[in-house]
Amino acid sequence: MGGSIKDRVAIIGMGCTKFGERWDASAEDLIVEAAYEAYEDAGIDPKDINAAWVGTLWGLTGMSASKPLKLNYIPITRVENGCATGSEAVRNAAYSIAAGINDIVLAIGFEKLKDQGYSGLDLPFTASGGGLMDDAAGIAPTTTAPAMFAVMATKYFERYGLSPDEGKRMLARVSYKSHKNGALNPKAHFQKEITIEQAMNAPMISWPLGLFDCCGVSDGAAAAILVSADKAKDFRKDPMYLKALQISIGGENRLRDDYDYTHIEEIYRCGIAAYKEAGVTKPREEIGMAEVHDCFSITEAVFMEDLQFSPRGKVREDIESGFFDLDGGLPVQPDGGLKCFGHPIGATGIRMLYEMYAQLQGRAGKRQINNPKLGLTSNLGGEPPGCCISTFLVGGKLG
Amino acid sequence: MVGIASYGAYIPLYRMPRIEIAKAWGIAPQGKGERSVANFDEDSLTMAVGSAIDCLRGIDRSKVDGFYFATTTSPYAEKMVSTIGATALDLGRDTRTLDFTNSLRAGTGALIAAVDAVKAGSLKNILVTGSDTRMAKTQGDMEQTFGDGAAALVVGSTDVAVEIVDSVSISNEMIDVWRPSSEPYVQAWEDRFCFDVGYSKLIPEAASALLKKHKLGPKDFARVVISGPNVRRQQGMGKTLGLAPEQFKDSILPLVGNTGTALPLMMLVEALEDAKAGDNILVLSYSNGCDAILLKVTENIEKIRNRSGIKGQLASKKDLPSYQKYLNFRGLVPKAPAARPDRNPAAAVAMWRHAKDHLALYGSKCTACGTQQYPPQRVCVKCHTKDQRERVRLSDKKLSIFTYTQDNLADCIDPPAVVGVIEFEGGGRAAFDMTDRDPSEVKVGMNVEFTFRKLYFNRGIHNYFWKIRPVR
Repeated sequence: MGGSIKDRVAIIGMGCTKFGERWDASAEDLIVEAAYEAYEDAGIDPKDINAAWVGTLWGLTGMSASKPLKLNYIPITRVENGCATGSEAVRNAAYSIAAGINDIVLAIGFEKLKDQGYSGLDLPFTASGGGLMDDAAGIAPTTTAPAMFAVMATKYFERYGLSPDEGKRMLARVSYKSHKNGALNPKAHFQKEITIEQAMNAPMISWPLGLFDCCGVSDGAAAAILVSADKAKDFRKDPMYLKALQISIGGENRLRDDYDYTHIEEIYRCGIAAYKEAGVTKPREEIGMAEVHDCFSITEAVFMEDLQFSPRGKVREDIESGFFDLDGGLPVQPDGGLKCFGHPIGATGIRMLYEMYAQLQGRAGKRQINNPKLGLTSNLGGEPPGCCISTFLVGGKLG
Repeated sequence: MVGIASYGAYIPLYRMPRIEIAKAWGIAPQGKGERSVANFDEDSLTMAVGSAIDCLRGIDRSKVDGFYFATTTSPYAEKMVSTIGATALDLGRDTRTLDFTNSLRAGTGALIAAVDAVKAGSLKNILVTGSDTRMAKTQGDMEQTFGDGAAALVVGSTDVAVEIVDSVSISNEMIDVWRPSSEPYVQAWEDRFCFDVGYSKLIPEAASALLKKHKLGPKDFARVVISGPNVRRQQGMGKTLGLAPEQFKDSILPLVGNTGTALPLMMLVEALEDAKAGDNILVLSYSNGCDAILLKVTENIEKIRNRSGIKGQLASKKDLPSYQKYLNFRGLVPKAPAARPDRNPAAAVAMWRHAKDHLALYGSKCTACGTQQYPPQRVCVKCHTKDQRERVRLSDKKLSIFTYTQDNLADCIDPPAVVGVIEFEGGGRAAFDMTDRDPSEVKVGMNVEFTFRKLYFNRGIHNYFWKIRPVR
């Protein structure tokens, strides 16, 4: 049964804009910047592209990409999966190649958030708990993105007996690490190191999450060119092979009173499926690097447990021992993550792959991880519980 | 026998000492004591619902066939508001709903109308609520003397705890205290005119008409409820009527304030809390004339003692942290907007579609596996059977906080926005806004309860729903 994507599709070119407050750039500018970097990297001409998938939270049809890029009369589809939108563009593009329908496909994601006039994230849907309630009546509780995840931190502290100081210190260590990595990344939104004390004493956003527990809200775009694995070497010597493309979307945890609010079941299930697809049995040992959806520090902490990098309830030990640091046993967010690279929603999933690609090719500069082999990206859309997770595994070699 | 079968009261949690208002402006305090201040998410309707919930303790709601809402501060100038209240209270569709408004006598007027309807046999049990959140301009007397509150009474002919024997009403046209429909603030003519010509004449006139008819004298009453604009005038009238101070004692005016339409009803509830079988009670409700109502307490009064009532509501309070909070709650000062997107206005269609589920807070219970869930689900969250469900009212369930956050980013009139993920007694989980809370007291595991509140006002539509609060 051809049920696995492993080694069937490769990425042969990637582009990513600088993320951040790109006051002078329009969405169109960002799309052109990312796409043309990817074309050049792949050594292809725009007219070589057979099809495209474009990911953005706000948009109308595939024209979001066709208009700025002048990709005429080819199939282009706009996809949306909340903050996991970028991953979804890649997944669809890869499947079209695996199906033998397309040869060269563009996956691009972008968001222009900084025209909105305030910090923080606007949500194009009413924040009703992921559509579980018909909220045209407008009765959803007051909520913001940090509030949606802060409830997990409150519960995590309570369940594992962490004092507010201990809990906040653990989370501060997550952000401290990402800032350290982000400082080495010229394309990152935030390129400054912080201290743990700075993170702990920062203004409170949504208790217990302070300013440095929250990721950047950024403008940016990222793009990938995909071809079938057997043709990849025709384009470059060091393509990145897809080893697993999994997605898991929850349906009912929000309503259930047996959900613990200290883990995200979709991450756990998606991880198991991805490990199975790629043949990974010991994720903590076999995975060489990961970019996960650290929209908030608590989210990253929970990811580490759900992806089985750390035992349940024990992530604090790994965080505080530096296991996830750039020079640790399993570097996480080598590019700074959402925290520092930034989070232009539709671009984020592809940006995660952009770092894996650079690391696998040995092009990550000061951030370079020694021989990472297998990389993992995990992108979250929506609000836990009941969210959408895309978990991908990638590697530089076939087999 | 027709009369009161149950009573209840609601006073907002927040109180503000009058001296604090005086200090804020460098003006003289209007007497001692304090006034109640409705939270930013409270209005006359939400307080009326609060008092009704207290009043309906132990009462079969399906027996209530009338809901009267009396106020001078209705959230709508045109649109029935008692329908919102009746739906929130989960009363039947065949309930006769009616708004009584524009007069401080609307509360006693609704009570008398309820008595007449029950006597006539057209209705059996009418829930009468009086509620007000009147607005005064800053620095005037009324800013200090006004208060916010509500009372509720069930009028019926079975289990009558207080017989309503008779009433007399006198109508008197004069402009003494008024508010044009185009303006939010109450106005008053010169104090001496208002009292010499109106208050001090009309109350004795109505009282003596009723007493003469029943051959009763001032000494025949255990309590006389006298509405009035402030403690001084109410006390003066008590003396004028030849009453002893014990007979006209009152906590509402000194400790809550002049609650307008609700005032005589709240005073009556307080009197009933001390009443014993056989007591005569006289209610004198003043505004463009006077309603005088004669009541006689029966032994059933002892069966309805488990209300929070005025005593419970007076004791359950928090000092408003500052006068500025009051200005903010009432929208009296321009507030910088939150750096957040505007909230989408509620769609009338969706509000209608979910009126029962949202306003009465219904969840569903799977008839196949018994799992209670919120919001109501067509496909069961546990056993995944389709459309095997019954509705369950959750607004009166016990609740506890599973986890929470306190959000400074959200658009909120009184930040932080506290959102609690709660567990319902009997099962189910959901997130709700938390109100009347001290952020430092919010804990995982704390017990909370539902309170009916206004979420927001947008495009002329008030959107009501339930929030959670620490148990009062």
